[in-house]
Amino acid sequence: MTVRFEQIQKIFQSKHSEVCALEDISFRVDAGSFVSIVGPSGCGKSTLLNILAGLETPTSGRVLLDDVPVEGTTDRIGYMPQRDQLFPWRTIWGNVTLGLEIQKKKQPQQLQRIRELLHRYGLESFEKSLPSQLSGGMRQRCALIRTLATDPGLLLLDEPFSALDYQTRLSVSDDIHTIIRREGKTALLVTHDISEAISMSDRVVVLTARPGRVKTICDLPELAGLSPMERRDHPMFHRFFNDIWKELDLGG
Amino acid sequence: MVDKKISSRRQEYLTQLRHRKYLVWTARLGLLAVFFALWELSARLGWIDAFILSSPCRIGKTLADLYKTGELWLHLGTSCLETVVGFLLGTAAGALVAVALWLSPTLYSVLDPYLVVLNSLPKTALGPVFIVWMGAGPGAIIAMTLAISLVVTILEIHNGFLSTDVGKLRLLQSLGATKRQILFKVVIPANFTTIINALKVNVGLSWVGVIMGEFLVSRAGLGYLIVYGSQVFKMDLVMATVLLLALAAAGMYQGILLLEKVLKKHLGVSS
Repeated sequence: MTVRFEQIQKIFQSKHSEVCALEDISFRVDAGSFVSIVGPSGCGKSTLLNILAGLETPTSGRVLLDDVPVEGTTDRIGYMPQRDQLFPWRTIWGNVTLGLEIQKKKQPQQLQRIRELLHRYGLESFEKSLPSQLSGGMRQRCALIRTLATDPGLLLLDEPFSALDYQTRLSVSDDIHTIIRREGKTALLVTHDISEAISMSDRVVVLTARPGRVKTICDLPELAGLSPMERRDHPMFHRFFNDIWKELDLGG
Repeated sequence: MVDKKISSRRQEYLTQLRHRKYLVWTARLGLLAVFFALWELSARLGWIDAFILSSPCRIGKTLADLYKTGELWLHLGTSCLETVVGFLLGTAAGALVAVALWLSPTLYSVLDPYLVVLNSLPKTALGPVFIVWMGAGPGAIIAMTLAISLVVTILEIHNGFLSTDVGKLRLLQSLGATKRQILFKVVIPANFTTIINALKVNVGLSWVGVIMGEFLVSRAGLGYLIVYGSQVFKMDLVMATVLLLALAAAGMYQGILLLEKVLKKHLGVSS
């Protein structure tokens, strides 16, 4: 699925002031690619994802999904929120089938697909467990399967690893990256972690501090086809890191 | 995985745990026994005036008399029934209003000052009003109970609803969930603890309402017995009734704890 942002502007109104969160955001995400958005905190990264997911409307401009403007939520987008947001009162099975339940699409072949996903990613024996019984990495995989369950063409990842410790984070981002590539999804990741962005994506979009504007867009063709772990060891990794870091620094 | 074979260190720990439990229970029951024994002794030896402070034996005899005449069940049953009805009505109505306020923030903004005023108003002041409106009977008593528990329930549950994790709400919104789905799949289960706590508070408040109501107007019930007993200076009756009241209230509270346990198991809520 391709995504095109066209001159997005978002202004938040409040009683005492109006805040311009995003200004003149235009870029595209090609079908099947992995794009990261990095920027200083408060630059409107999450707002951009919310606009794309149809949870918020832009003040002006529009988002096109396969050339169709976004109007409200759609089941073609899977949203993976900050922290895993697994419901502690539901079993793993209850959690991963949540999307189908909400969209009233609990058909046998869909459930079979979820079973296969659980099996493929090593969670099939935890179907009846509660989230509290799983490790951070497993919970994260479970959250991803919940997102994949409705078979969306586009995945939105809103700092999904920010609550994990460094070790878990490295291995989970490796996992998630592999899964997303294998399932052939288009993905948009929001993060403030530059190395996480470089280790996972084909393209990094750097935003400035509030109001968020596109500062620069950095393509990473040299790293194509490598896993996040391999990318971190690649000689180009640090160059990309420094480039992006400088862009961020000047913007901040 | 827990080892099938229990190590001696663990055995020792478990034994200690058990001993502690016995100790605590012995101390609890002992405290009660000592209290009643001292009370009885002081009354018999004339240290205190048993006519004013009563004594365990006199209370026991009063209870036995009440039982024989059949009055015990009449009064206990009346009060319990009123409490249960008031509790159920208060909790159900409170929860429904809380849901309505959650569904419509505008409605909440409009009603907010009224809820604040109603919450701080001493509800017992409304007692005479209810008697005029509903007549001197169980109706007025249940109205009293509702007045005491309803507003607190609304405020508490609504507050819990508002503090539901935004991330979970966003997740459901992104899946295209309706407000009804959001309510039943996230807001209510996420507020399980809040709702149970509201129930616990409500049991207590319902008893306050019932006893207050019975003080004002009644021909039966524990509140009636207490007022009657104090008016004719039968302190044995007053004390016996207070004891019954304590047991009944504790029993209902235990009922809520049991309900909490069952629901937790059923819903799989672990915390």
